[in-house]
Amino acid sequence: MRWLALVSMLLVAGVQAQAEQVVAGLSQSRVAITANFDGSEIMIYGAVAREAPMPETPPNVIVTIEGPAVPVTVRRKSREVGIWINTSSVRISRAPAFYAIATTGPLADILSDTEDVRHKISINRAIRAVGAATQADDSPAFTDALIRLQKGLGNYLTAEGSVVIDQGTLFRADVVLPANLTEGLFRARIFLLRDGEVLDVQETLIDVHKDGIERFLHRLAFNNPVIYGLLALVIAALAGWGASAAFGVLRR
Amino acid sequence: MQLYLPIAEVSVNAFLLLGLGGMVGVLSGMFGVGGGFLITPLLMFIGIPPAVAVATGANQVVASSVSGVLAHVKRRTVDFRMGLVLLAGGMFGSGAGIIVFDWMRRMGQVELMVQLSYVVFLGLIGIMMFQESLRAITRAGKPGAVPRRAHQHYLVHHLPLKMKFRTSGLYISVIPPVAVGASVGFLAAIMGVGGGFIMVPAMIYLLGMPTKVVIGTSLFQIIFVTAFTTLMHAVTAYSVDILLAVVLIVGGVIGAQIGTQIGMKLKAEQLRILLAILVLAVAVKIGLDLVLRPDELFSISAGRLP
Repeated sequence: MRWLALVSMLLVAGVQAQAEQVVAGLSQSRVAITANFDGSEIMIYGAVAREAPMPETPPNVIVTIEGPAVPVTVRRKSREVGIWINTSSVRISRAPAFYAIATTGPLADILSDTEDVRHKISINRAIRAVGAATQADDSPAFTDALIRLQKGLGNYLTAEGSVVIDQGTLFRADVVLPANLTEGLFRARIFLLRDGEVLDVQETLIDVHKDGIERFLHRLAFNNPVIYGLLALVIAALAGWGASAAFGVLRR
Repeated sequence: MQLYLPIAEVSVNAFLLLGLGGMVGVLSGMFGVGGGFLITPLLMFIGIPPAVAVATGANQVVASSVSGVLAHVKRRTVDFRMGLVLLAGGMFGSGAGIIVFDWMRRMGQVELMVQLSYVVFLGLIGIMMFQESLRAITRAGKPGAVPRRAHQHYLVHHLPLKMKFRTSGLYISVIPPVAVGASVGFLAAIMGVGGGFIMVPAMIYLLGMPTKVVIGTSLFQIIFVTAFTTLMHAVTAYSVDILLAVVLIVGGVIGAQIGTQIGMKLKAEQLRILLAILVLAVAVKIGLDLVLRPDELFSISAGRLP
């Protein structure tokens, strides 16, 4: 009988830990950057699945979309002999090229610090400034600058309260991907929270890639730079010759 | 209509680019310059990374120079021999410029270097041209002005390794043309310009070439120097954006033809003083950016994954 007790205990524990689960989907899992790419809107929709009746208050949902992490150098100008020059720099080992957060309420209210540290949800946590302190005296200023600049460029977005939960179960979030997007695998995470604790997470990947002529030119430029350079020259020479010939004909 | 540039990795308005190319084309047609010194700072101004702006600017100059040189070949106003000597120096200078450019890019100082060289060279040339054309205008006003002597003797006539340049009617040492070519090639690489604005006065005042062959010869050698520069930037920094170049070129070639028509209606001195003012304006604008406290002290650059 002991094994039965154990199983039922596990079952109860399992049900308790997973009392509320999140099921979500994306409107698209592939984004193609073509020549006339002008940004893209991704809809994240989902539902909260429950075994037990719903508690009185509805849960909270946080949706994050994170671009591929790249090393970034942040430089600061200072005045040297009358002109402004980049003098100090901090290399941030990994920072997402894009980061968007959409939530059901103010982040500070719905997410506890410990959970933020564990899941790296807020923008500050998502940027890991490993070893930055060795390069400049005030590296936090550089991390802040990175976030400020990226926000200004529309690459880091925070939309608190933009996720709406319907009847405590159904939710939807819209995230606008900007036109200046970099290629790579974007990670979408959907967190289900209650009292600041993360109850469940679901992760999906969005494949953002250049397509058509963009893809062709980018590949060629990096894989066969000599051929690419020659192609650029041939196009330039032909255009120059063509223009002079065409206007010569027009004038006659 | 937005256009996503595959190498610059930014999205810009296609009509804005066409307009920029067209506007610079009009000016280059009017003044007989490649227009690289305008296109590169303008590209940086609309948010194209400096390295891409310089490399793509060089590519655009190739197209405008090819277009320009063809008219001069028909009129037999190209000194090919002089062009080749200048070119030999130009390749050398361009190669050195690429090495310096790549080195500065790693140091994060490309923008500063490009800006400084624009201020210094455009400032100097602008002041020189302005003074010269002002003098020409006042001289033209007075009757009985003394024309410049056809054959003046400069230092260049006393150097060894002399060579005959029939089209230019010169018998001078090859050292000055090689040196002029090298310095222009260097500037082409770090500024994304053809260097016509330096080459043309250098040919007239330093080498003593007749004015009628100067522009054609300068354009002839600029084609090859900027072509070499473009190729080198493509190989060392992957920074040539073909899509950006094509849009600029299309706007540029159309603009250049309109500009040529406008240019024919204006007097040479008036043209030169206008060009001088334009060159000085660009130099002052870039100079102010360096001296005034910028709104944002921080800048970010992604470590690209090749």
